Amino acid sequence: MRKELEKYFRTEKLPHIWCPGCGHGILTGAVVRAIDNLKLDQGKICIVSGIGCSSRAPGYLNFNTLHTTHGRALAFATGIKLAKPELKVIVLTGDGDCAAIGGNHFIHACRRNIDITTVVFNNNIYGMTSGQYSPMTPQGAFATTAPYGNIDRSFDLCKLAQSAGATYVARGTVYHIPQLIKLIEKALLHKGFSLIDAISICPTYFGRKNKMSSPVRMMEFIKDACIPAKNAEKLTKEELAGKIVIGEFYEEFAPEYTEEYAKVIEKAREGK
Amino acid sequence: MNSKAILMQGNEACVEGAIAAGMRFYAGYPITPSTEIAELSAEKLPKVGGKFIQMEDEIASMGAVIGASLAGLKAMTATSGPGFSLKQENIGFACLTEVPCVIVNVQRGGPSTGLPTLPAQGDVMQARWGTHGDHPIIVVSPSYVKEVYELTIRAFNLSEKYRVPCILLMDEVVAHMREKVELPDPSSIKIINRKKPDPTIKEYEPYKDCDGDGIPPMANFGEGIPFHVTGLIHDITGFPSTSATVTEALITRLMKKIYDNLDDILDYESIFTNDADTVIISFGSTARSVMRAVQIMRREGQKIGMLRLKTIWPFAHRAIQELSSQVKNLIVAEMNFGQLVEMVKASAEGRFYVAGINKFNGELIAPNEIISRTREVRSRA
Ligand SMILES: Cc1ncc(C[n+]2csc(CCOP(=O)(O)OP(=O)(O)O)c2C)c(N)n1
Ligand code: SF4
Ligand SMILES: [Mg+2]
Repeated sequence: MRKELEKYFRTEKLPHIWCPGCGHGILTGAVVRAIDNLKLDQGKICIVSGIGCSSRAPGYLNFNTLHTTHGRALAFATGIKLAKPELKVIVLTGDGDCAAIGGNHFIHACRRNIDITTVVFNNNIYGMTSGQYSPMTPQGAFATTAPYGNIDRSFDLCKLAQSAGATYVARGTVYHIPQLIKLIEKALLHKGFSLIDAISICPTYFGRKNKMSSPVRMMEFIKDACIPAKNAEKLTKEELAGKIVIGEFYEEFAPEYTEEYAKVIEKAREGK
Repeated sequence: MNSKAILMQGNEACVEGAIAAGMRFYAGYPITPSTEIAELSAEKLPKVGGKFIQMEDEIASMGAVIGASLAGLKAMTATSGPGFSLKQENIGFACLTEVPCVIVNVQRGGPSTGLPTLPAQGDVMQARWGTHGDHPIIVVSPSYVKEVYELTIRAFNLSEKYRVPCILLMDEVVAHMREKVELPDPSSIKIINRKKPDPTIKEYEPYKDCDGDGIPPMANFGEGIPFHVTGLIHDITGFPSTSATVTEALITRLMKKIYDNLDDILDYESIFTNDADTVIISFGSTARSVMRAVQIMRREGQKIGMLRLKTIWPFAHRAIQELSSQVKNLIVAEMNFGQLVEMVKASAEGRFYVAGINKFNGELIAPNEIISRTREVRSRA
């Protein structure tokens, strides 16, 4: 670890619980690098997570950190942000945490455009509970609860977020770290709800179930499947099948929730 | 004296009490018969610089309340049966992480969607054991509109003092009833705020029992002392542990901080119990009918007393054990199939004959029903 990043980690809590080759540690590093690049005030950052391998990340990070219940990180984060808008609130969550059990909170946080940056550690599987399919597991992939192949259709989290009202939406991967750091930086600077769909790898469960048990093999898979958003625009639906489109999808400047609430307070006080 | 008498609804008294106690955050999801609490909070909170948010459901409301409390605001949510069920997982989170917050449950007929507009007291056991695992909780229950105001303040105070979620268990009748209330001069109200750590502290151990009272000082997020909060079993540093010693020490402390302070937490009213042969036990709006019935029976010279519980949980075993030996019968009146009566039986330890008066059809228990049941019990062979 680079010396200047050490202050962001609770080094006494390391080593972490993640399996060798897990993508979550790399993503956690990218979040920390983005924070460091922006020189954000460490004491004013609050990192909130739900439950899952991904949601263990805040425990290793030296900020105000809150490890909540499964799927509910955004609900807790909304309370923190509205109570203390001066805090920079970051949610680290998993694909199951965010898109399955937390799906309702996710779309409503997007809709409110509350200034929270959400980074989804998306490994297309339930890692912590050992490999059941998630709403992000591709059709046809295998999971412990899809022994004959998954028939569920998966979400496109970025499209979901954008149509629900999020005002900054991007996707990056564990393989493209410099780009991912830049995207997280932009998300952190953006005023409003920002989503980073960060493609991770779970060699232990997704990999093993889908004939890619080595992390290297999974990284190669990501490298081959990814295409930049700009190039994707020219492709047909058929050509896009099985591809992971990465980059920035959407940015809009719209009224932010806690700023709007500050106006409510003003109005209510005038009326007194 | 600034105080003046005003006609007020129970739900309104709850919001007035909450703001007087220092509530500055409310998150909720509308549900009858608690909705007025949300509407009035939406109107009144921004006037005092507080925040109101209508969340997407009760699970989110409970989460937001805990988040806001960790950020330093006194926070409340209000609901009824179906919503109370949804809040349970996060109530357990607040119990384990020791985050002060107030949850109002205006009980209606259940189970499920039940009887949305009719009264019941069927959530007595859920209020105690609704969330999984061993946990402490405080539950208070008012019988009068004025008492709604007082007990809402008390709920905040107890929650802040003991770092425990406190449930204000109302019923539809008390919540929707209008009564004259004389609000006290704000300066005369005793307000308790959570204990804070010394701001100059170098090593903050958020779950260390520094003062030996079982209640660790609590920092707010973003005020200089970063710390970790998790719903996993944790050691004094706040980080997860699976050690048997750590687990046992944590759960024991959580229980002891409540059960070692029963003198402070328990609250009940004994009326005419000194010479009574029969004592009727009740709470909430049912206690009003009991009061009526007892007055009528006393006028007839019958030796009937009553015990009205204001703190429901922890259960006031001592209130029953203290009863003198001439008491023969205990009758528990409650709008449910029989919940609190089981606790009374446990406290009675066979010393008293224990009977119930139960109604669970959406109708109140009327004084004459109490009188005839009392007659039955006293004249049994
Ligand atoms: C209410 C509830 N239901 C189920 C679980 C069990 N559970 C823990 S983590 C998890 C899935 C996590 O998956 P994801 O969010 O994708 O995180 P990952 O482990 O893959 O990083 C589940 C189902 C739980 N903790 N709480
Ligand atoms: S189970 Fe998968 S997601 Fe969890 S730590 Fe192991 S590799 Fe990572
Ligand atoms: Mg996952």
